[in-house]
Amino acid sequence: MTSEFDPARLAAIARDLRVLILRMIANAGSGHPGGSLSAVDIITYLYFRHLRIDPERPHWEDRDRFVLSKGHCAPALYAALARRGYFPEAWLWTLRDVGSPLQGHPDMRKTPGVDMTTGSLGQGFACAVGIALGARLQGKTYRVYAMLSDAELQEGVTWEAALAAAHHRLDNLIAVIDNNRCQTDGFTADIVAVEPIDEKWSAFGWDVQRIDGHDFVQIHAAFQRALQPRGRPHVIIADTVKGKGVRSMENRPEWHAQPFTPEQAEVFIGELFEGGSS
Amino acid sequence: MTAAQPNREMYGKTLVELGERNPRVVVLDADVAKSTNTYRFRDRYPERFFDLGAAELNMVCIAAGLAATGWIPFASTFVIFASLRAVEAVRTSVAYPKLNVKIVATNAGVEICGDGVTHQGVEDLAVMRAIANLVVLAPSDPVTTRLATLAIAEYEGPVYMRLGRQPAPVLHDESVEFRIGRMIRLREGGDVTLIACGNMVEHALLAAEELAREGIEARVLDCHTIKPIDREEIIRAALETGAIVTAEDHSIHGGLGAAVAEVVTETYPVPVRRVGLRDVFASSGRDPKTLLARYDMDYRAIAREARQVLALRARQR
Repeated sequence: MTSEFDPARLAAIARDLRVLILRMIANAGSGHPGGSLSAVDIITYLYFRHLRIDPERPHWEDRDRFVLSKGHCAPALYAALARRGYFPEAWLWTLRDVGSPLQGHPDMRKTPGVDMTTGSLGQGFACAVGIALGARLQGKTYRVYAMLSDAELQEGVTWEAALAAAHHRLDNLIAVIDNNRCQTDGFTADIVAVEPIDEKWSAFGWDVQRIDGHDFVQIHAAFQRALQPRGRPHVIIADTVKGKGVRSMENRPEWHAQPFTPEQAEVFIGELFEGGSS
Repeated sequence: MTAAQPNREMYGKTLVELGERNPRVVVLDADVAKSTNTYRFRDRYPERFFDLGAAELNMVCIAAGLAATGWIPFASTFVIFASLRAVEAVRTSVAYPKLNVKIVATNAGVEICGDGVTHQGVEDLAVMRAIANLVVLAPSDPVTTRLATLAIAEYEGPVYMRLGRQPAPVLHDESVEFRIGRMIRLREGGDVTLIACGNMVEHALLAAEELAREGIEARVLDCHTIKPIDREEIIRAALETGAIVTAEDHSIHGGLGAAVAEVVTETYPVPVRRVGLRDVFASSGRDPKTLLARYDMDYRAIAREARQVLALRARQR
């Protein structure tokens, strides 16, 4: 999108998406609220300000690609796709139901706007490297974006793919790490530490930026910089808060995949509008 | 005329042919290009070749990404790494989204010899056969290896193909009709049917000669497609010969023998006996014939099982 950069507008959209995410997961009876809420500001920026996409033509050959490698945060992606008009918002209430076009994890064959089937950590990112390679081989100028979680850095294939992308100097590839510091079993630092993340990617030959993943001004600056070809793939390490916006969920690993009722969802939504940190 | 040669060699040569014919074909390898013979394509079309190094899971994911952008990737490594190390990418990133990736793995079975268990791929047919959307092939000779390679390039969808390492004799006429999912009848016979894949097809033919000397006429079927299995031909074998022996350079569990037995028991039950690696890890070896004999997987084993299956049938009648 080429509209003016308007952080207040983006914040308002992100808040709407958070409402959808919470209601969607409550309605489905299961899902991953914590990581969806930490990722949604960046997803909002990409889908409402940055990506060259056309919801009328989800298979447009020259569109930018977005691969949600942390596929468990599909609700955040689905909310954005619905709001951008890829499919009716009513679909959100079928999430995880049998036969739904919105599967538990993103499915490129069932959901318009999903560019790669993901959900097994690390594999989506490696597929994104393949897309970037394929695009360059075709002489295409679109960009390939991949969003990873910090725990995804524990998967070996993530680093296999990072090596390959750097080797092939894929500067059409932009990885974003939603560094919310929590994973299923606890705080990432207590399970298997992944920091210093920036030094690792830098050593692997990537162009590294580190930002506050909830500050639209910083998000905007980082993605604008990543558009400049530097002969290296780009990674934006976004420091985020798990459960961002819902105070009782924030920074609590137990909200990685804990179910909640529609009534609870409305309480969480109330917290969003108490002006939390969002 | 096609000469006897390892099927992996014919695969590499056919890739070069494909590269000429189809500009959308790209080839990937994981640091074994010399062995898989993808180096032939690399040397001719370097701009369409990617060596991902010793990272097989990543290679298959990258192939999925390439397929998502319209390329037809052939991704090659050894059977053991394609089928076990990289299998989750084959399943979730290739087969599930039906991406047009061809995984062609060489060095199948115990016949690879010297490298031993770490490099003997003997579980791949079982594993790959369990994955939805995936076509699974195991051609026997250079003629059908070439035809299979061309056929899977034409076929739109995910494919796994296993190839042997050792020299393979020519078993088929150049004019043979090769269709995915359709067995090829190599020898007529009405007493017993021998169904084999890959290097074991040669052994099945040798076993049929041995049996013929005893007055037993064996039908020999080259089952180059493990999935979808040719149900019609299996049912015909059950109806017409009433006794079946399968042979594969693979674990006795879950491969060709299992696929055949499943069809037979569900349609027209007749005795089936299977030749394969009997739930053990094999040894290194210096010569494939000795090694196959040592694990009771050669033509002698097939002939013996044929006699047994005939005895079983006689008891049932």
